[in-house]
This record gives sequence, structure tokens and C-alpha cells, in this order.
Amino acid sequence: MTGPAPAGSEPPVLEVRDLVTAYGPVLALDGVSLSVPAGRITAVLGANGAGKTTLLRTVSGLVRPKAGSILLAGDDIGRAPVEEMVRRGMAHVPEGRGVIAELTIEENLRLGGLFRRGDDTAAEIEHVYEMFPALRQRAKRSAHTLSGGERQMLVVGRALLAKPRLLLLDEPSLGLAPLVVVQIFELVRRLVDETGLAVLLVEQNAKSALSIADTGVVLNLGRVVATDDAATLASDEGLRHAYLGF
Amino acid sequence: MLQFLNFTLSGLTLGVVFAAFALCLVLIFRATRVLNFAQGAQAMFTTYLGLEILQRGGSYWVALPVALVAGFLLGGFIERVIVRPVENGPEINPVIVTLGLFVALEALAAILFGNVLEAFPAPFSLTGLELGDTTVSLTRNDLWKYAAVLVAMVALLLLFSATSLGLRMRAAAFGQEVARLLGVRVGRMLTLGWALAGLFGSLAGVLIAGGGVISPTYMDGVVVFGFVAAVLGGLDSFVGALVGGVVLGLTSAYVSGYLGSELVTMAALLILVAVLLLKPGGLFSSSVARKV
Repeated sequence: MTGPAPAGSEPPVLEVRDLVTAYGPVLALDGVSLSVPAGRITAVLGANGAGKTTLLRTVSGLVRPKAGSILLAGDDIGRAPVEEMVRRGMAHVPEGRGVIAELTIEENLRLGGLFRRGDDTAAEIEHVYEMFPALRQRAKRSAHTLSGGERQMLVVGRALLAKPRLLLLDEPSLGLAPLVVVQIFELVRRLVDETGLAVLLVEQNAKSALSIADTGVVLNLGRVVATDDAATLASDEGLRHAYLGF
Repeated sequence: MLQFLNFTLSGLTLGVVFAAFALCLVLIFRATRVLNFAQGAQAMFTTYLGLEILQRGGSYWVALPVALVAGFLLGGFIERVIVRPVENGPEINPVIVTLGLFVALEALAAILFGNVLEAFPAPFSLTGLELGDTTVSLTRNDLWKYAAVLVAMVALLLLFSATSLGLRMRAAAFGQEVARLLGVRVGRMLTLGWALAGLFGSLAGVLIAGGGVISPTYMDGVVVFGFVAAVLGGLDSFVGALVGGVVLGLTSAYVSGYLGSELVTMAALLILVAVLLLKPGGLFSSSVARKV
């Protein structure tokens, strides 16, 4: 298990135990365990093909595990349908940004707020526009007019509209200018600190990810090869050279 | 001049019906990338159900809603029970299944209702309206067709653009996986899409039948023109289906009026080829090319 043991009996927001996922005969995940407590960011690092994206897709139910368990705030969700996850407080921002390009920016955002309990989505959308003014200017335009960075803002904003307890972020830095990456990471860190959101962040850009994460988990060929404090991992030269590429 | 007006009027009437039918195909293609070849046969079948009611002395205004509800249920049933199980195989499978369904429905109708021509009454007068002292080829029944298609289209557009259900349906159509991650029950949305297409198709079926005769194959011609109209419009645009339908209706009327009715099908083919050569995606395709 990872990270500091939470005080009291509060279970971590996400706990993954001995997860095994296979594509046919190939094991993409081979006994992965990790946890994400409230108000923390756990970064999953590793090369292409290490199983990072599969891990997120298994947690959110897009791929079914062969063995192991996935606990969301203590509840086993290993068999829950994907469509249920958002109602249980999980938001997954898939790789490649997941903007629905045929819909307008505002419609994309409204989708994010469809399954919140009761309260006012319009006010929350307004809040997202305050965070990302670039989106407000083009609210009624189709989402395919956005740049890569703006798309990332849109999907993060959309994920937040569901008021999740757990946010799964898949390669948010992919194809973005370094300045935009910093901006997005800083925003995520601030949200985590302010709202107690738990984030499971998958990144190839290990250096940036470790700079905002609390805990790092290094995957190689579907296995966890290291789990430690983000700062400790970042200063471990051998590990950096072997798996993280910086 | 009067002749031209008359051709235009009858072309428009034909066009809105083609458009209604093309719209069903677009509704389904957008959501599931399946061309539903059974659409016409479904409409034929539910029109026969309506006729059964009329023949038992029921009113048109009972027969129509019965046909519409039957079309809705049949469409949803076909998606959920027949198409869904083959969706995960090769892309061609669902298309072949709908072709099979088309043959099966026509055969079943011939067994149940008889393979003969039967008259289907019209709810309104079939004599041309009088403008001053000339009679134009626009009947009260034609006006009813316009009104019915218009109301149905506006309702559909409102559903898609102004309701949360419509937003969920569009999300399910354009981004299945993302929609599921956002909590949209994609399977239900697809079933609903097929059901709505079935309802719309039934409406087209009953409107075409009114004042004419039906047989188990009476929709076949409409299916061909509906397909051409849908392809003209780009297969995934409602506006495109409407424009495609009207263009095709007008062309049919002019060609058949000025040149001879035997050339109508060829004219439709020429238009199709011309549009596909100049704009291969169709006139109004709204889909964004996806990077794989």
C-alpha cells in the first residue's frame, strides 16, 4: 500500500488491489495495487505500453479486470457499469481529450453536469467560464474550433461539473505547449488543495507530473516497480534513468 | 406557367415525404452508422396495421396514432433485439441484418395482409384547391402532409436542440465512449433513436399511403428515393435530408412532367452521381473528420 496511512477509519477515495487486466493472452496489468486519499494526487508514470491508460480504463469500467478489486470510498465498483461511475463520484478524462467535437462548447459542459444531484448547473458552468475565459467567448461555437489547450480546459471543466470525489486524468499534457501544461497542472493542484478532490494522474511527462503529485507509482510492463513520495521518486536517479526518462 | 406551378406543387409534396423518410435514415445512421434498409418495410408494416383499423370501421385519427406507436415500438425492438447483438462484429453485419429484415417483413406482410393492392383512404379531400378560377394540383390532403411533416420535424429538432434528452442522444451518437464516461446510458439512447426513426417512418408510410393503394412492396420506390435524398444531404444532417428530399421531389416532378415519367429514376441517379463527384461527403455533412 502507498502513502501515509489515513488517520482514523476513513478509507481512501480510491483503492486498487492486485488488479489484473488482460487483452486476450496479454497481461496489460499484472497485480497492480495503489491508493489515492482525499486531497491528494497520485501520479502513475512509466513508458508507453506500461499499462497506464489500461489502469484508468479498468478503474472507470471501460475495461473489465480479470482479477483484483477496485474500491471507491470503500465500495467495490469492479462490476459497476461505466455509466454508473459518474453518479458514484468518479470523473474520467480520457486520453486524446474526449471533446465531442460536433457539440458546442456549452453543450459539452452541460453534459458534464447532467448527473449532479439537484443543484444549479448554469451557475457551475459560469464558474468554469471564470476559470477558463477563453471558453466563454466561444460558448456557442462547435468544440472542434478549439485549440489543444482549450480542449483540455474544456474537458477538465466538464469533468469538474460532475462534482467528482475522484478525478482520473489521462495524459493531460499530451501535445500541449509547456506553458499550458503548467497552467493546467497548477489548476489541478489548487482544486485538490481547496476541495479535497482525489486525483489519479497518468503521465508520460514524469517530471511535470511529479512536481504536482503527492505520491508516484511507476509502472513497467503492467507491474508496479516503485511506489513512493513524489519528491523521493524525483530524486532517485537510477529510477529516473531506467523508467522515467529524465 | 400554370403547368410549371402544378409540377412544382406536386414536386414539393413528394419532396416533403421523401424528406421525412430520409430523416429516419439519417437519425439511425448518425447514431449507429448503420443504413437501415428495413426502414421502408417497417413503415409498410405499420401502415397495414393502420389499415386494419380503418377496415374495421375505426377513424383515421385512431389508425394514425396506432401506426405511429407501432412504428416506435417496432423500431426500438429491432435495435435492441435484432441489431444490437450483431453490432460488435464486422461493420457490414448490421446492414446485412436490416436487408434480411426488409425481405422478412415484406414476406410476413404478404402472408398476414395478402399480396394484393388495397386502397388506403385519405383523411382530407383529394381534389385540387381552386385559386381564383383555376384548379391547382394542391389538395387539402397535400396540405395535411405538409403540416404533419412540418410538425414532426419541428418536434424532432426541438427534442434534439432544446432538451437534455436530445443532448444525451447527440452525445451518444457522436462520442459513445465519452458519453458513457459522462453517465449517458448510450444503449438506451440508441434504442430510442431507432424507435423515433420507426415512428417518423410510420408517419411517412401513412402519409404516402393516404389516397392511394398499398401493397407489401409499396414503399420500395420511396426507399430508393429516401436513400438518395439522405445521401445527397450527407447522411448525418437533418437539414441535408430535408433539402435532399425536396430537391429530389422537385426533380422527379419536373422530369416526369416535361420529359416523361420513365426518366425519373435516371434523373435521380444523375443527381446523386453529380453531387457525390462534386462534394463526396454530401451537401450538408456536419460530421468532423476524426483522427484515428
